[in-house]
Amino acid sequence: MIGAADLIALLPLLFVAGGSVAAMLAIAIRRSHVLVAGLTVAALAGAFGCLWIAAAAAPRRVTALLIVDGYALFFMALLIGATAAVALLGYGYLEMRAGRREEFYVLLLTGTLGAMVLAASSHLASFFLGLEILTVSLYALIAYLPARRVSLEAGIKYLILAASSAAFLLFGMALVYAAAGTMDLTGMLAAGADDILFVPGLILIVTGIGFKLAVVPFHMWTPDVYQGAPAPIAAYIATVSKGAMFALLLRYYFASGARHAGAVFLIFSIIAISSMIAGNLLALLQTNVKRILAYSSIAHMGYLLVAFLASGELAMQAAMFYLVAYLVSTLGAFGIVSVLSSAESEAETLEDYRGLFWRRPALAGVFTAMLLSLAGIPLTAGFIGKFYVVSAGASSTLWALIVILAITSGVGIFYYLRIVAAMCGSAAEISEPRTAMPAGVVLTAATAFLLWFGIYPAPLLNAIRAALSQLIA
Amino acid sequence: MILIWLIAILLLAGLLAGMAGRWSSLWPKWIALTAVSIDFVLAVQIWIRNYGRADLTGTMAWIEQVDFSWIPQAGIRLHLAMDGLSLLLVVLTFFLGIMAVLASWSEIRHRVGFFHFNVLWVLAGVVSVFVAVDLFAFYFAWELMLVPMYFLIAIWGHERRLYAAIKFFLYTQLSGLLMLIAILALYFRHGQATGVYTFDYMQLLGAPLGPGSQMWIMLGFFIAFAVKLPVFPLHTWLPDAHTEAPTAGSIILAGLLLKTGGYGMLRFVVPLFPDAAREFAPVAMTLGVIGILYGAILAFGQTDLKRLVAYTSVSHLGFVVLGIFVWNRLALQGAVMTMICHGISTGALFFVAGALQDRMHTRELDRMGGLWSTIPVLSGVGLFFALASLGLPGMGDFVGEFLVLFGTYPASRGLTTAAAIGIVAATLYALKIAQGAFHGPNRHRWALPDLNRREALIAGAMMASLLWLGLNPQPVLDTFSPFLRGI
Repeated sequence: MIGAADLIALLPLLFVAGGSVAAMLAIAIRRSHVLVAGLTVAALAGAFGCLWIAAAAAPRRVTALLIVDGYALFFMALLIGATAAVALLGYGYLEMRAGRREEFYVLLLTGTLGAMVLAASSHLASFFLGLEILTVSLYALIAYLPARRVSLEAGIKYLILAASSAAFLLFGMALVYAAAGTMDLTGMLAAGADDILFVPGLILIVTGIGFKLAVVPFHMWTPDVYQGAPAPIAAYIATVSKGAMFALLLRYYFASGARHAGAVFLIFSIIAISSMIAGNLLALLQTNVKRILAYSSIAHMGYLLVAFLASGELAMQAAMFYLVAYLVSTLGAFGIVSVLSSAESEAETLEDYRGLFWRRPALAGVFTAMLLSLAGIPLTAGFIGKFYVVSAGASSTLWALIVILAITSGVGIFYYLRIVAAMCGSAAEISEPRTAMPAGVVLTAATAFLLWFGIYPAPLLNAIRAALSQLIA
Repeated sequence: MILIWLIAILLLAGLLAGMAGRWSSLWPKWIALTAVSIDFVLAVQIWIRNYGRADLTGTMAWIEQVDFSWIPQAGIRLHLAMDGLSLLLVVLTFFLGIMAVLASWSEIRHRVGFFHFNVLWVLAGVVSVFVAVDLFAFYFAWELMLVPMYFLIAIWGHERRLYAAIKFFLYTQLSGLLMLIAILALYFRHGQATGVYTFDYMQLLGAPLGPGSQMWIMLGFFIAFAVKLPVFPLHTWLPDAHTEAPTAGSIILAGLLLKTGGYGMLRFVVPLFPDAAREFAPVAMTLGVIGILYGAILAFGQTDLKRLVAYTSVSHLGFVVLGIFVWNRLALQGAVMTMICHGISTGALFFVAGALQDRMHTRELDRMGGLWSTIPVLSGVGLFFALASLGLPGMGDFVGEFLVLFGTYPASRGLTTAAAIGIVAATLYALKIAQGAFHGPNRHRWALPDLNRREALIAGAMMASLLWLGLNPQPVLDTFSPFLRGI
């Protein structure tokens, strides 16, 4: 039975779910872009506020499916914040374009609901449900602008690959269930390790997770989908979808003590190393900014896995800090892409950015800050994040991994600087649309967070520690 | 607190200059000049106030320090401290900073605000490097110098600026990451052995390390500093970056950024890892001597004036590496003297090259010749600095290189001989500058304006300081003698 305390713990989820229903009803009554966008942001703000109410009830296991603890709430805060940023970016982006705009927000809210379920999931059923709610919303969001052919192509590509990876995941879950006899994630990881079906099942699950995180060798879809999807949605895939999956993976990797198992450690090491190398090297070959960001996000998942493979509390702190830094910088970077996109085309070639410093100094400054953060240069959150990841690696003496991290991220500097160099080039005759106010708010906030976490990260580290102290698995 | 102010003034003035650039192209220059001058006065005042203090001994001889908690979760503190060595380099930073701002007064015509923002921020980074004694803060400042320098080269540089800027950034960033790994290895090794997890320099001194790990960690630091210094064979970024940078960029690069490498070796490599450094010294000294000879020979082969001067840096800084790894009193005094004097004399040569390029729109020595007949004062100034660079007695460079040779002799006669040959080679390239550019017939019939008052001021200040350092080096030597007593 679900009691009152359970409902309080679930308030953030209920708010987002209710928000999506309300948005849908509002559309049925009257189509108004401002109204639906406002409703969405209000629902997200409400859900964000409810995190504190839920925190009073946490840690709490709500039914067999969900755990609401400090850790889950921390990630929910990130996911809600990122979704709000995407919604605000989407407002300016869609305002310029013809067509039906309002359903975008409904899909955004359902997607985030799925992501939040993932962050709180403790059961194979809720894992799969959360994942599918998120993924199905994404199918539609990626192909949201039917006038753009690349957008449709990206949507179909994502649909086919995501569906087949979900099949792998489901098959893996079935095997693991057969071996362990339980669908509870913690119990399952503790119980089944001896059975012959268990490890193959786990590997199939890792395949499904790897697809969502877009790590090598499951990364093929990323550049095409990022390029084809509307810029705010590319930001959404890179942040919300990956962040939620990472939250789940991190929790159970540590809970299971899987790091002691040689095979699992080896698999993740190979994935991490090949993601860092392939992501950075392939990004060097690109001239399309969205594709560069796509490959760079593959590399960043590799860096995150390095933190993740290190053991101990420092590793979890490092991974969570890095994820926050990555979310902020990625949102900012895609935010710039979306505000520079005109009604006809997205701002994706390097040519579109040539001389941006002299035309739009503020936007170019923000973009530079985001890119430098992704590159891990001081004064930005990315620097502290990279520092933490390397120190987590060093504390567990994963020398090979961190040396590869250092070298590949050095290579990575090159393509970030190419974009910066293009922006300082001689001014081209391009005129960008005016930046819509909501997008301006997002960019300002992202820059402020970036500098705050980069210069004085102590409060964020405290929050992460507090969240981890309440971790139950 | 004064240390925070020294840095904060530059950072704030940088922001102010950047904003003022939107309305005026004059205001940023004055803001930058004022800020750097205030800092210069403050630093000189610290020097005068503490000159000859006898109570300072050892590596803990801090004249000024501040210590705040920064990221307590990881034992990171904002710990800045200044001893004689830092003080000298900080004074040098502000002196060359003023020169750099003045030298670009009329050279930079576009995006003046952003230019001065970058100049001030790179200076702030350099000063922070010289005073940071928390290894995290040090690394933070070390990386922070790169971005504004990148912009200085990439936006206001010459023909191949993007190539040079990216090469510069990649070299320093990659080697910096190696240093980061080394810093963290030191942090965890120290923490595991003593239970105290800290990045504080004072506590990490004498960290109990096994010989193997000491060598590896030392190499991580050494490579980062060797790229910056630069030590042969890691110098290849330097000619490109120096040649392509605008005058102010070249002055700051040659005068200051290279010194951060030497400073790092003096402050961190040898004191933190004395055993490994002793074991490694023969290799480092040999690399230093190779650098001296190789730099001099390549400098002689150049026809581009700025490139020539860039290679002379490789040669001069070979003396610094040599002096540091000989690690005796005389050699160290020589190394520090060379660092300071090279900063001024090479900065001055870049200023001359910039002044010539501003007038002639070329840096090719072949296109010059006989300039004495049209611009006698600038030519005289150029000759003076070329002679300073070749190590003419009476000027600072001579003192530094002589002391290094003096100190090296008991350690290794072979290396002393080879390094001394480097001084002879220096004569060749210095005379090449003088003869190629200023002497001989004016074949290309140049008729150019001579130094204006602002340029004369820069040249005069640099000449005076080189003569002062050459004729009366004792105040400088005294200032860092507490550092020497500590080792």
